[in-house]
Amino acid sequence: MSAHASYPMFDPAKAGVPDDLCPIATDINPMLPGDWRSMRPVVNRDKCVQCAVCWLYCPVQCIVERPAWFDVNLATCKGCGICANECPQRAIRMVEETGT
Amino acid sequence: MSTASLQSPAARQKFIVCEGNEASALAVALARPDLVSVYPITPQSSLVEHLAKLIADGRMDADIVDAEGEHSVLSVLQGAALAGGRTFTATCGPGLAFMFEPYFRTSGMRLPIVMSIVTRDGITPQSVWGGHQDAMTVREVGWVQIYCESVQEVLDTTIMAFKIAEHHDVMLPVNICLDGNYLSYGAARVTVPEQAQVDAFMGEKNVNWHAALDPMRPMAVDPLTGGAGGEGPATFVRYRKGQCRGMQNALRVITGVHEEYGRRFGRHYAPLVEQYRMDDADIALMTLGSMSGAAKDAVDEARDAGKKIGILKLKTFSPFPVAALVSALAKVKALGVVDRSVGFRWNCGPMYQETLGALYRLGRQVPSASFIGGLAGADLTVEHFHRVIERTESLLHGFATTEPIWLNEND
Repeated sequence: MSAHASYPMFDPAKAGVPDDLCPIATDINPMLPGDWRSMRPVVNRDKCVQCAVCWLYCPVQCIVERPAWFDVNLATCKGCGICANECPQRAIRMVEETGT
Repeated sequence: MSTASLQSPAARQKFIVCEGNEASALAVALARPDLVSVYPITPQSSLVEHLAKLIADGRMDADIVDAEGEHSVLSVLQGAALAGGRTFTATCGPGLAFMFEPYFRTSGMRLPIVMSIVTRDGITPQSVWGGHQDAMTVREVGWVQIYCESVQEVLDTTIMAFKIAEHHDVMLPVNICLDGNYLSYGAARVTVPEQAQVDAFMGEKNVNWHAALDPMRPMAVDPLTGGAGGEGPATFVRYRKGQCRGMQNALRVITGVHEEYGRRFGRHYAPLVEQYRMDDADIALMTLGSMSGAAKDAVDEARDAGKKIGILKLKTFSPFPVAALVSALAKVKALGVVDRSVGFRWNCGPMYQETLGALYRLGRQVPSASFIGGLAGADLTVEHFHRVIERTESLLHGFATTEPIWLNEND
């Protein structure tokens, strides 16, 4: 949770702001896209040629480079499937999350 | 004005002749907004054209966004206000309808955005002319709504609107309602204040102290709030109560800002309810907006004929000034309320319907009638108001009706 808080969150009470004006949230929500994704990309390491097309197209920039293939950071991947659709080698397929 | 000395505030102001839409634009320029976002619609178009020209000519230092529609116009302003900017736009009728979703969000987010409604009647029947139907339709969305009678009042009230909206006890968006056609295109002599005078009046700008798009103090603005579980219900009620409190505070702030404006600029307006020739009046007419001029002429003639009659002109419609109205109605024996729009649910004018609510607090029955006129650009003349006076007088002698009286029915 603290890993993605670069600055302290705004504290309305300290700033003297009444808590009945514009609704604001000042607690960081610990949920990540991985908590609600319905489909997960699975990379076939044998087919991956490290062309980086998935890395280029990923809208949330969750593709990470491994020594011999490109992988996915499943904490931040939202399961949109763009990488699987764009991969020229058909090395990525989308698999349903089973909730485990 | 002719008696103003060289030292008086009025003497440092210049006279021009202009239409209500141009007066609005000049007032906005004097208030120094950071950003305006606009989309043209009749009868508002020349207002935003004047704004664009003021900016193009270098007479107004503001960014302008020509958005693709009114929904985007107000959304752009929300972002600008959250970033700390003073903002303005104007719209009416179908444009206001298209804007409705961000219109609702603006008051809930307590963003002090100022927007003129150059009032236009509702469609259908298709019409591009004035009427209060558009502004009346959105009277329950949490915006402060102030109606003007003259071009000069449009200019002065538009300047005041920013100060009312941004007051920390209010923090609500404000609509300046000026009658389409009769004020938007009506040309009159107008006194324009000096920039330095307006700067001194406006004071320091601080519009996003409560919520901000600011990476140095992160917050999520307008997160999901409410529901039936946990802290949801209580949190939602807290924000709604805050909005209601802001609206009630606005009655006091509107009054205070009008008093200060009068002191600084020499022009005084009744901020909530104007009482015109109400001393010893048995009969009162209620009016709203530009129709009040013709109503005053008719009442002057009726007074000359010995009738005890006066006018209550509402300036602030939202929040509804119940206490001021009840006090003004204390001695009235018959009341005629003239609306420039229709209340479909109650088969009467909307201002009449709301006034009935105020009369309950008065604690006694006042014979009253609803008059509807001036729809879709129709004129409300002195002659129409003589008929209003006649019918309202007859309430004292047994006349009673639950139907509205349509003033332009036989024009």
